[in-house]
Amino acid sequence: MSLVTQFRESRFWPMLWKEFIQMRRDRLTFLMMTGLPAVQLVLFGYAIQTDVRHLKTVVLDESRTAESRALVNVMVNTGSFDLVGAVSDRAQLRDAIESGVASAALVIPPDYERNIKRGRTAEAQIIVDAADPQSSSSAIAGAQLAALARGATIISERSRTAPPIDMRVRPWYNPEQRSAVFIVPGVIGILLTITMILITSTAIVRERERGTLEQLIVTPISKPSLMLGKLVPFVLVGYVQMTVVMGLGKLIFRIPTVGSFALLYLLTIPFIVASLGVGLLISTVARNQVQAMQFSFFFMLPNILLSGYIFPRVAMPLPAQWLGLLLPLTYYLNILRGILLKGVGIAQLWRPTLALSVFATLILLISVRRFSKTIE
Amino acid sequence: MTSVGASAPLADAVVTEGVRKVFHGGLVAVDHLDLAIHRGEVFGLLGPNGSGKTTTIRMLCGLLTPTAGRASVVGHDVALEPELIRAKIGYMSQRYGLYDDLTVYENLRFYATVYGLHGKARTERLEKHMEEIGLTALRSQLAGTLSGGWKQRLALACATAHEPEMLFLDEPTAGVDPAARRAFWTSIYELAAHGTTILVTTHYMDEAERCQRLAFLSRGHLIGLGTVKEILEHFKQPTIEDVFIELQKRDEGAAA
Ligand SMILES: Nc1ncnc2c1ncn2[C@@H]1O[C@H](COP(=O)(O)OP(=O)(O)OP(=O)(O)O)[C@@H](O)[C@H]1O
Ligand SMILES: [Mg+2]
Repeated sequence: MSLVTQFRESRFWPMLWKEFIQMRRDRLTFLMMTGLPAVQLVLFGYAIQTDVRHLKTVVLDESRTAESRALVNVMVNTGSFDLVGAVSDRAQLRDAIESGVASAALVIPPDYERNIKRGRTAEAQIIVDAADPQSSSSAIAGAQLAALARGATIISERSRTAPPIDMRVRPWYNPEQRSAVFIVPGVIGILLTITMILITSTAIVRERERGTLEQLIVTPISKPSLMLGKLVPFVLVGYVQMTVVMGLGKLIFRIPTVGSFALLYLLTIPFIVASLGVGLLISTVARNQVQAMQFSFFFMLPNILLSGYIFPRVAMPLPAQWLGLLLPLTYYLNILRGILLKGVGIAQLWRPTLALSVFATLILLISVRRFSKTIE
Repeated sequence: MTSVGASAPLADAVVTEGVRKVFHGGLVAVDHLDLAIHRGEVFGLLGPNGSGKTTTIRMLCGLLTPTAGRASVVGHDVALEPELIRAKIGYMSQRYGLYDDLTVYENLRFYATVYGLHGKARTERLEKHMEEIGLTALRSQLAGTLSGGWKQRLALACATAHEPEMLFLDEPTAGVDPAARRAFWTSIYELAAHGTTILVTTHYMDEAERCQRLAFLSRGHLIGLGTVKEILEHFKQPTIEDVFIELQKRDEGAAA
């Protein structure tokens, strides 16, 4: 038989054909491909705001001078505070914070301008609802920034010289410091993990439950054809999902996509293979579809927590960081953010790529062996 | 004794010698099984629940590896040449093995292609096949929505689309109405008339009596073998059902 005929008549094709028909008819798969990316994106993109900005702020300005108004302006300009109104005494201020109308209050005492004019240190106060530590730390940073900025201006005006040091912070890659920019590329990784593992493990367990796997094994189809035919469609699902998320991310969250798409799609292969391997492994352990789902979600948890998807890995205790190194998502996030946000190439990404490839090969070898054994 | 091995293509369709299967945990499902099924025969495998019928079939189809003993199917050793066997046999499992979310035609087409049928030859074969079995009108219906009788016919059609030399049917008529059962047995005899060897398990004694030869299994042991007439004479019973009950009683007595 010629190679062409062999290829055309390979038993991989009917398997692939069947998978696609089933996929088209399976609502769950369809939902996972389209609905899940959208929901995840909106949920994580909007809801996870690790950067607390625009704290609602009321002002108690007892100074009522040009200087005090200038301070309010500077505070607002930091972006950390949003003015929602003025209060006229401490009781009203307390009211505003307790009722949740404001979560911060700026108090400028009557002697504020007088102190500045006399060259003394002028005091102002920021009161923060610190029940949420993230908003309070953001308020503290914003207040300090405002004080420094205003202070420097006043000094240089007084001495009629330029400020002695001008330290400018240049945030690269995500200049506006929006958490969506950090999160959305991660959504691609987390989605691929969920879908690859969940679809793969449940699809294979379903064939076993319904007795069709047994039926397949008595046909002349080879094990590689069987597994390839089963897994290749999921690779395509993965790519569709990834494209959907990137498109929506660009549209809704204005995610920068500066790097090479070709490289990203290429380096996604070892990650997808690794995830399919995990799915295959789960299918050899789970006795039914419910168990397969439970195992999949169980595997998701450390991925969400330890991979650096939401919480930066550098802030974790060392053992947690080491555990994170065992997850393919950790490496894939480096690749995703590297390519999408920084536009770096393979020269900067060979380490995570190598790690992913090693992981993919190992997990696939183990799971294929186990899978072959379960079907004898 | 017929020799086991690939050297004798016209030997019996199935030959087993001392086949034994022990599952993890030490359960002996089949033991000392010596069987020979002739080519073109409709051979019935009888026995109570758990007696090892399915296990036997699964070993012959290459789904399970025998713990001990040798077996050959259509001239090939099950341990050495399972791929050669697979292309030549059809298997209808107790669970039918149909894809509920594929249509009748898609199921047929899928299995036919997996068995190596392509292009025009496949289309023609399937059209003829569906016509014979009466599935043409249902071709676009999802297999999951078929009634039990039609599912069974579709499963048979899927298992025979590649015209196998040997057909394994594991309780093919369980849960199917009498008319469908009769039609099914007509199909089986047609297949046998074309030279297909058939191994069938059943719990219906009227079906057992339609088989050319029978084997009785009890707790994994072969406890009776022969034509219906031979068996009735040998065990001095009026019907196969009486033989079944008598043999089981004896075997349980021996076990106690
Ligand atoms: N995979 C397995 N692991 C362990 N034990 C098994 C396995 N499959 C079957 N058995 C056991 O082997 C014995 C024989 O089972 P088998 O399915 O061959 O019986 P059977 O004659 O087909 O029964 P039935 O008429 O109910 O279909 C039973 O005790 C069964 O519990
Ligand atoms: Mg059985």
